[in-house]
Amino acid sequence: MRRVEEVWGTAVSFDVPDAVGSDPVDEVMRWFQRVDSLFSTWRVDSEICRIARGELALDDASPEVREVLTTCAELCEATGGCFDIAVGARPEVVPRPGLGPLDPSGFVKGWALERAAIMFALHGVRSLMVNAGGDVLVRGEPEPGHAWRVGVRHPTRSDSTMAVLEVTDGGVATSAPYERGDHILDPATGQPAVGVLSATVVGPDLGIADAWATTLVVAGPAGLTTLPTEEGYEGLVVTLDEEVISTAGFNELVAT
Amino acid sequence: MRRAAPAIAATVAGLGLLSQFNTAPDSTTPAAEPAPSSGTATTTAAPKRAATTTTAPTGSAARKTVDGPVETNRFGDVQVEVIVQGGKLIDVKALALPNDRERSAAISDEAGPILRSEALKAQNANIDTVSGATYTSESYARSLQAALDKAK
Repeated sequence: MRRVEEVWGTAVSFDVPDAVGSDPVDEVMRWFQRVDSLFSTWRVDSEICRIARGELALDDASPEVREVLTTCAELCEATGGCFDIAVGARPEVVPRPGLGPLDPSGFVKGWALERAAIMFALHGVRSLMVNAGGDVLVRGEPEPGHAWRVGVRHPTRSDSTMAVLEVTDGGVATSAPYERGDHILDPATGQPAVGVLSATVVGPDLGIADAWATTLVVAGPAGLTTLPTEEGYEGLVVTLDEEVISTAGFNELVAT
Repeated sequence: MRRAAPAIAATVAGLGLLSQFNTAPDSTTPAAEPAPSSGTATTTAAPKRAATTTTAPTGSAARKTVDGPVETNRFGDVQVEVIVQGGKLIDVKALALPNDRERSAAISDEAGPILRSEALKAQNANIDTVSGATYTSESYARSLQAALDKAK
C-alpha cells in the first residue's frame, strides 16, 4: 500500500509493503490533524500559539503539548542551546509568517511520526516507511533480508542523492536552507544559521534526530563531536565548500 | 559561552601559522597523482563562501596534519585535528572531547566519533525514499520523493 497525503503544509508519503486487514492511514491522518491543531504556528487558535500569547497556562495544556515542551527543554540543554524552540522570541529576530515565539516544529513532526509508527504497529504493520516532507521513519524491512534504502538528498542538485543509508528501525532527518531559505536561526545571535549546506542525522527516534540535525546546522561540523552516538545517533554535514564530514557510525550505515 | 562552530573555524584559520608542523609522511604525494585513498584531491569543487580552506596552502597536494589548540566551546574543551591535502580540508578528527558533563565524558571515554570527510558526489542509486530539508506541498511535486511515489 502506498499513499501520499497532505498535512502540515507538506506532503506525507506512506509505504506499507505487506497487506494489512485494515488501513491505518486514515486514523494516522486524523492524528496528524490533531497535532496540527495543537502545535501549528500558523494557526492562531493552536495551543502552542495560545501558550505563547499567555492565554493558556502550561498546566491547562494538553498532555501532548506538555510532553513535547518538556522534551524540547531537555534537547535544548543536551544541544548546548543550539536547538531552542524559543529563539523566535528574541528581539533581534526578524518576524516572518509562521515564525512564533514558541516553535517546536523542528521536533514535533518527527515526534508525531513516532506516535504514528505505534499506531501502525497496533494494526499489525511490521514493515513501514513514512516520509513527512523529507523526514523519514522506517520500521522492519521492505522485503526479507533487505533494509530500507534511504537516500540523502544532494544539497545543490534536487534530482540527486549524495548517499544512501540502509536502515531497518529508526529515523533520518535532514535540515538545510535549500528548500525554504535560511529559516534556521542561531539562538546565540537570533540571525539565520548559514554555516552549512545541509545536515543529516540518523537515529532511533526521528524527533530527536531532527533536533540534532537543526543543531548541526547551527553548530557546523564541530557539532558532530557532541552527537549522542552512545544512544545511536550519527550525523553528516555538508560544508559550504562541499565537503562531506560525517561520524564513523554514519559511514557504517552508508550503502556501498 | 562560546559555540562549537568557531572551534574548527579558529583551528583552520590558524593553519597558516601551524602548517609547518606535524607534516605527515605522505606529504611527498605528487600534485599530479593524488593519493587514491583520499578521494578528495580530484574534486573540482571550489570553495565558495567558506573560510575553512582559504588559509590552507594552495597549489600543493601535500597532506598536512595539524593539531589545533584546545578550544573551549559551549560543550567544554575540544581539540580538533585537521588534515589538509592540496589546499583542501579532507579530514577532521576530534582529539580531546568535552569532559565537563556526564554524557560528554562518556563520549570521551569512547574516543568520540571519528569524523570522516570526502567530496560531495551526486549519485542516483536504487532507493526507497529520500531524506531532505522540509519541502512544501508545492515543491513536493518537483521532488525526487514525488518521482519515487509515482514510479512505485
